[in-house]
Amino acid sequence: MAMVQIRNVRKAYEDGFEALKGVNLDIEEGEILALLGPNGAGKTTLISAICGITRITSGTISVGGHDTVRDYRAARKLIGLVPQELTLEPFQTVIDAVRFSRGLFGYPPDDSHVEHVLRTLTLWDKRDSKIVQLSGGMKRRVLIAKALGHEPRVLFLDEPTAGVDVELRRDMWETVARLKADGVTIILTTHYIEEAEAIADRVGVINKGEILLVENKSDLMARMGQKTLSIELTEPIDAVPAGLAGYALEQTRDGRTLRYTYDTRADRTGIARLMADLGSAGLRVRDVATSQNSLEDIFVGMVAEQEDRNGDKEASA
Amino acid sequence: MNWRAIWSIYQFEMMRFFRTLTQSFVSPVISTSLYFVVFGAAIGSRIDQVEGVSYGAFIVPGLIMLTVMTQAITNASFGIYFPKFIGTIYELLSAPVNFLEIVIGYVGAAATKALFIGLVILATSAFFVDITIMHPFAMIAFLVLTCLSFALLGFIIGIWAGNFEQLQLVPLLVVTPLVFLGGSFYAISMLPPFWQSVTLFNPVVYLISGFRWAFFGMADVPVGLSLLAIVGFTALCLVAVWWIFKTGWRIRT
Repeated sequence: MAMVQIRNVRKAYEDGFEALKGVNLDIEEGEILALLGPNGAGKTTLISAICGITRITSGTISVGGHDTVRDYRAARKLIGLVPQELTLEPFQTVIDAVRFSRGLFGYPPDDSHVEHVLRTLTLWDKRDSKIVQLSGGMKRRVLIAKALGHEPRVLFLDEPTAGVDVELRRDMWETVARLKADGVTIILTTHYIEEAEAIADRVGVINKGEILLVENKSDLMARMGQKTLSIELTEPIDAVPAGLAGYALEQTRDGRTLRYTYDTRADRTGIARLMADLGSAGLRVRDVATSQNSLEDIFVGMVAEQEDRNGDKEASA
Repeated sequence: MNWRAIWSIYQFEMMRFFRTLTQSFVSPVISTSLYFVVFGAAIGSRIDQVEGVSYGAFIVPGLIMLTVMTQAITNASFGIYFPKFIGTIYELLSAPVNFLEIVIGYVGAAATKALFIGLVILATSAFFVDITIMHPFAMIAFLVLTCLSFALLGFIIGIWAGNFEQLQLVPLLVVTPLVFLGGSFYAISMLPPFWQSVTLFNPVVYLISGFRWAFFGMADVPVGLSLLAIVGFTALCLVAVWWIFKTGWRIRT
């Protein structure tokens, strides 16, 4: 059974705004899932729904097999949440903040665990500082320390690296990797595609309250491994010559450019042969260019597709 | 029950109290002393006795009640409003705790602070006047129940309040007038008959009267009625808090 199971979850606000439109998602134990989506896509709402901050309108969510509404204690005890905003009690000391979180989740005091958490996040020297005295990056670390203080099995990181400097981002990724090694399931939201690429096992794309895709990062990368060769011709053509049929060339409307898609990781890309065959077909090449598919392209394409679909729906309604 | 969570919240709230000890401790002592100087010495010298009790001693129960009620409300409302205001409430909402545990933590801490300040005022007043307590257990019971019920009311206000102004509004516009007009500084019998009847609609009258009875054995209204009033008020607040958490009103979206 999946560690986090989300079934047909809808969230509608009183003013009628639908933040989640029937979300289904399984998150496996020990994986790192990156939820990718633009602002207002429903990433934070989804996390809030799982953690109990937001009530869901319909559907069910379970964490570790425990329903998050009926059996909320068991479910929430497994969850650590690092919110997007730097929300901390300003006059608490760092170590008290972590101890407080631990107690709130029902765990007995354990100073060696607290010390371990603070040391791994390089907060140990600051343990007696008041939070108000810390920099933004340090505060972000305190939020993580608070979440790790109660030994979660599932960790939610809501935009952990938004507005964070390079060093902290690298530290954060290291922390995530260490937690994964301990078997912690990690869900992070981001709108930085590179972040998803760098640390996730799977990538989910969410937009306007709908999950558009959940795919292994490697499969996504395979799609991104494709490159497109654009061949500009000196003279426009009406149709692709029969001799070039094997290359699955696409032709632009003006007949001046041909597009050839190939896999960069294949033994033979077929480019040299194509060039030779173009010559034999009597086509003269003016210029060539290559471009790589990025996660960004796939993402933008999917969001645009969703918009088209919704537009059609509205038009037919 | 998640006792550790209750203890964590309680401890956290008490720590805030100790952090601002001067403010929490010194200001009630000073204001009480001022009341004694003004009401006890200056005005009290012209009102020698109220039903056999010197005026200075007579106002002690009312003074304690005035401070205890305001402190319980202020502490509890601020305690729960501040996490809402700065956003740290996310942690409470996502923790494995239920409403009862949250309420016990916050209200318990606010009531403890109010009780502590009440006792400090009692001790301070002993420097100015002779105090006898005829029914010490009843006195403590009334004091504790008042601390608890007004802390509950404060908790409700803290959840209801949308800004700092609203946070101040209820204590300022409702509680302080009710306490001042509730016989803190006078016996109901000193009022004209019409106002005596009006006063009986003020719930605070019953609390102060019962509390004063515990000190001097005299009361404006029967003690049983006072007890009923304070228990009823506590129950009413508990129902309101239960409803708030059941519906998630102003807490869970």
